[in-house]
Amino acid sequence: MLAIQAQYKELLSQYLKHQTERNLYLGQNFSRLFVRKNITPEEVISIHKKALEEMDAVTSAEIFTSFEFLTEFMIQYGLALRDHKILLEQQEEMKHEIELAAKVQNTMLRTESANLDGIDIGYLSKPAGQMNGDYVYFQSDDTDYLGVGVADVVGKGIPAALCMSMVKNGLDTLGQTNISPAYALDVLNRIVVKSIADHMFISMFYGRYDNETSLFTYASAGHEPALYYNSEEQKFYDLDQANGLLLGILPDVHYLEGNIELKQNDLIIIMTDGVTECRTDEERFLTREELTEFIFEVIDEPPEQLVRSVYRRLEKFQSFHQRDDFTLAVIKKL
Amino acid sequence: MGGVDMNTSVVNILTEWDIVAARQISRSLAKLIGFNAVDQARITTVVSELARNIYLYAEQGNVTVNVINKNNRDGIQIIAEDRGPGIQNLQGVLKEDYSSYGLGAGLPGVKRLMDEFEIETEANQGTKIVVVKWLS
Repeated sequence: MLAIQAQYKELLSQYLKHQTERNLYLGQNFSRLFVRKNITPEEVISIHKKALEEMDAVTSAEIFTSFEFLTEFMIQYGLALRDHKILLEQQEEMKHEIELAAKVQNTMLRTESANLDGIDIGYLSKPAGQMNGDYVYFQSDDTDYLGVGVADVVGKGIPAALCMSMVKNGLDTLGQTNISPAYALDVLNRIVVKSIADHMFISMFYGRYDNETSLFTYASAGHEPALYYNSEEQKFYDLDQANGLLLGILPDVHYLEGNIELKQNDLIIIMTDGVTECRTDEERFLTREELTEFIFEVIDEPPEQLVRSVYRRLEKFQSFHQRDDFTLAVIKKL
Repeated sequence: MGGVDMNTSVVNILTEWDIVAARQISRSLAKLIGFNAVDQARITTVVSELARNIYLYAEQGNVTVNVINKNNRDGIQIIAEDRGPGIQNLQGVLKEDYSSYGLGAGLPGVKRLMDEFEIETEANQGTKIVVVKWLS
């Protein structure tokens, strides 16, 4: 502000000495900077007054002349201010549209919770920005099967969020709770290959729990390995037996499946890389051991509460600076 | 019906000081016609914007200032002509709620300060802008 004040005074005193077109032109050009620096009209007047005060022995004729300079300055200032306001309005409008889009997305991609006898579930999905590129999907028929899908579009923000509605539609179309996870990923992969741009990929984990056999069957398309918690051993295991390509890379991919039998109080914890890539302000990444430790601290909480506790713990870990969309889904055998 | 030319000045815009020259001429003519000080400053600002657009974005062009009279009314007409890249998104550039950079920058402001505004533009051929302000 001081530099601006000094420069205004310099330009004005030049004009008072030589009332040339060139000096008016220089003054007008300088006014563009005022708008960029958010200097308001009343501040301009005060800068003008101060400039006159600081000059030695200003005559009243010179004060009148100084207003010619100020008028010239303010005409350009008015034009630039208007342009600036328009830019701000456009920005505001865009922000509003994104908010609307986020609302539409929330309605369209709302995770419908599911019930299955003998199973408790919990999930949480928080976007880093306004729109979420992660998605959690449940379906069940109340008695026999529970299906769970967690997907993450590579990238984030609006394009990622738009892609996700395709995954949801695919899952809705598949529609059966007893569908095999590998088959589900085969079909989704074909949909994604056909429908989205070459540089967009989706990682996805799909699992199915069979109430009769207590078997959790799963397949993964390049997704973060899920965790299996064995409550008898009080130990965590990575479910990394069945990892395949990301959705959207090749048209004909056949995914593999893995199985794990769940016993009472065993957990399946599915997450996105927003969880595993949590890092501190010093850019130190969360280790697998730390993550399982955090989960273990709250392992007896009901899943719905557990996911929130882990989220809060990780929020703290990264000093409340969430960099990526964050999703956790937990299935517990009661 | 076009106006009747009484006085015409043409300034080629090559350097930034040609902008100053165009301003000088238009201010003198505006004063001669009888525009008050604020209108003189407005007209000068318009010439300045048009000349500056040529200087910054078109490389080559000129500004013509005419004193005109129509139906016993005096006015000033400014013609800015260049052989630059032309304005691609003319509709956008002229919209009052549109802010742009490049050749069309500041045109809504120019339009607002004057009584008449006409523009012809062709990609890679150039742009011709004619504005008029009448003495009220």
